Amino acid sequence: MDMKEKILSVLDLKVYFTGNELPPSRAVDGLDYHLGRGETVCVVGESGCGKTVSALAVLGLVPMPPGRIVGGKILFEGRDLLELDEPELQKIRGKRIAMVFQEPLTSLNPVFTIGEQIEEAIKVHMRLDPDEARLRCIQLLDDVGIPRAKDRLKDYPHQLSGGQRQRVMIAMALSCDPDVIIADEPTTALDVTIQAQILDLFKSLQESRSMSVLYITHDLGVVADIADRVYVMYAGVIAEQGKRADIFDNPSHPYTQGLLASLPSRSKRGKRLHSIPGTVPNPAYKPVGCPFHPRCRLVIDTCKTQFPEMCEWGSDHLSRCPVLYDMENKQGGS
Amino acid sequence: MRVTKPPDASYTVEEPLAPKRTRIREFWVLFKQNRLAIFGLGIFILFFFTALAGLFLTSGKDPILDAALIRLEEKLRPPLSRPNLDALQPEALPAFGVYVLGTDDLGRDVFVRMLQGAWVSLTVGFVAVGISVMVGIFMGGIAGYFGQNYIRFNHILLALLLLTSVFLLAAGMRYAGLGVVLFAVLCVLLGLFVRKKGVKTPSVLTGILGKGVISVDSLTMRMVDIMLCFPSFFLILTVVALLPASIYNIMIVIGLTSWMGTTRFVRAEFLSLREQDFVTAAKALGVSDFRIIFRHMMPNAIAPVLVSATIGIATAILLESGLSFLGFGVPPPHATWGNILSDGKGFIFDAPWLTLVPGIAILIVVLCFNLFGEGLRDALNPKLKERH
Repeated sequence: MDMKEKILSVLDLKVYFTGNELPPSRAVDGLDYHLGRGETVCVVGESGCGKTVSALAVLGLVPMPPGRIVGGKILFEGRDLLELDEPELQKIRGKRIAMVFQEPLTSLNPVFTIGEQIEEAIKVHMRLDPDEARLRCIQLLDDVGIPRAKDRLKDYPHQLSGGQRQRVMIAMALSCDPDVIIADEPTTALDVTIQAQILDLFKSLQESRSMSVLYITHDLGVVADIADRVYVMYAGVIAEQGKRADIFDNPSHPYTQGLLASLPSRSKRGKRLHSIPGTVPNPAYKPVGCPFHPRCRLVIDTCKTQFPEMCEWGSDHLSRCPVLYDMENKQGGS
Repeated sequence: MRVTKPPDASYTVEEPLAPKRTRIREFWVLFKQNRLAIFGLGIFILFFFTALAGLFLTSGKDPILDAALIRLEEKLRPPLSRPNLDALQPEALPAFGVYVLGTDDLGRDVFVRMLQGAWVSLTVGFVAVGISVMVGIFMGGIAGYFGQNYIRFNHILLALLLLTSVFLLAAGMRYAGLGVVLFAVLCVLLGLFVRKKGVKTPSVLTGILGKGVISVDSLTMRMVDIMLCFPSFFLILTVVALLPASIYNIMIVIGLTSWMGTTRFVRAEFLSLREQDFVTAAKALGVSDFRIIFRHMMPNAIAPVLVSATIGIATAILLESGLSFLGFGVPPPHATWGNILSDGKGFIFDAPWLTLVPGIAILIVVLCFNLFGEGLRDALNPKLKERH
């Protein structure tokens, strides 16, 4: 695969939340990822591993009194978004980087029609007269597959179904032709048939508009469907990264292996499903060493003291588990 | 199997749409059930048109009905009495051939004076409440949305500098005042320059200047508390005694002393709205903070404000009447309900209609506004209604 131009890269990002308790909550703790132009990248992880916070940090939307960006860089076309001030960020939000949120039910303003809400971003970022803006709205609603878009413009969010609302959210995100769309679990609140439709919509939109999509999810089925590359996140750091095939065919971190083993499949018919013991650590009291070691089946003493480095398994396939790496290489060598 | 499009292009599936019930219609359905509120609304509309008619009929160079026309030979005539045709000039005859509501001690037609006063009451109510709602929404919006942000020491210094300059300018020391303003502007520019350069060495000076003193929320809400501590009627009396008596001053003063309730409502609504996803979504679209406050969040918070405004109009009308009664209100000869009442109090036994008519009018209007306001609240917040 050719190396695509990186449009967005997150380098060693650290976002902490300080509450009343003494140790800060290290929600994102040294995260690295990048997104190439026209690429779909999935970030997978359990609830509470910092996926959403890292996405909010990209747009500068981490609630700042409890939250704090301690370190790192977020480079968008070579500019560090963390250095920009609010007016400059507002020019990027919506216009260059747009976001689709998790809950279509609450992410739409109940007192405005969907037409008004889609027009909002167009009004803020583009100089279009009202008629043009309206036509663009209808076009967008058509693109995301809402039938009779013209009549639907005057509908309020409560008059739409969940899937339609999510389509409206996507239309809002698309309204200014952004280069990057960050989709934060956009299908979690929807049922499976609608989920498939929304995923198809994402795929076709990406092809027709050559956008980059950063897709945050906890659903490996979704990942298998749309991802070019995958980042597996655990406790605020990347556990494993690689192309879709690498992750699914050759998982090289015990956590990824555990995740994949816990998926139901035909070959495991009638058997009990695997589950990873334990839960995600409290981000304020993370274990020393490898954050995954209390739940890991391969744990050795070094895991409890040393934070693991990334090990290279192939081109662009990295995993943060030296233990597995050593084991595999020894077997390969002997 | 995939369903393909039918070959006939003209064939489209007619999707059943939900019956369109707009918010306004939904509101109306609920509101209609409340008979008292409908009654209040009816009286309010009647009052509105009466006031409008009063404005057109009694104002101007040559009014159709002259409220200031004095007929000394016809003083203190009871309601519905016929005028003494021999004693009056033809242009001094009352409107309908009778004194509908009697005449006062100068022989002025009380009906016409009431008409003229209605417009005063209406405008006082609306303008005063308009001012108070605007101030309240602004303060509440700021407190609710930016509440967590701290006002830093340098902000306070800047405010003090500007205040000093205002005082200096007001005291007539023009050069000193302008100098202080210039100094303040220079400080701001210097601050911006330092921040742009990204000087990150924390010195003692920047440490002190950047220290948060009080949060925006505490500042606003303590201001509200202070304002609530004053007995507002006496505050208004003081201000009115200092300012020249005019109807506009009274509107402004009433407006500026009654914004606290709205501020509290709006702040409370904003505290919960701020956490809603659609606010984050709007931010993610690159909408500016002020646009989020006033365009995205305000319409969601407007219902309780509307209710308190309706009741506020009643209070403002009552306040204005009270002020006029005490002689601090709209200066004579302009009639208001309050000063008709006040003029009539000397003749309460000889001519009770002089006090009864404006008194009952005030009572009915205020009562109707309150009923309408309550109905509005029930209709806008249906959950409240289900409970009782």
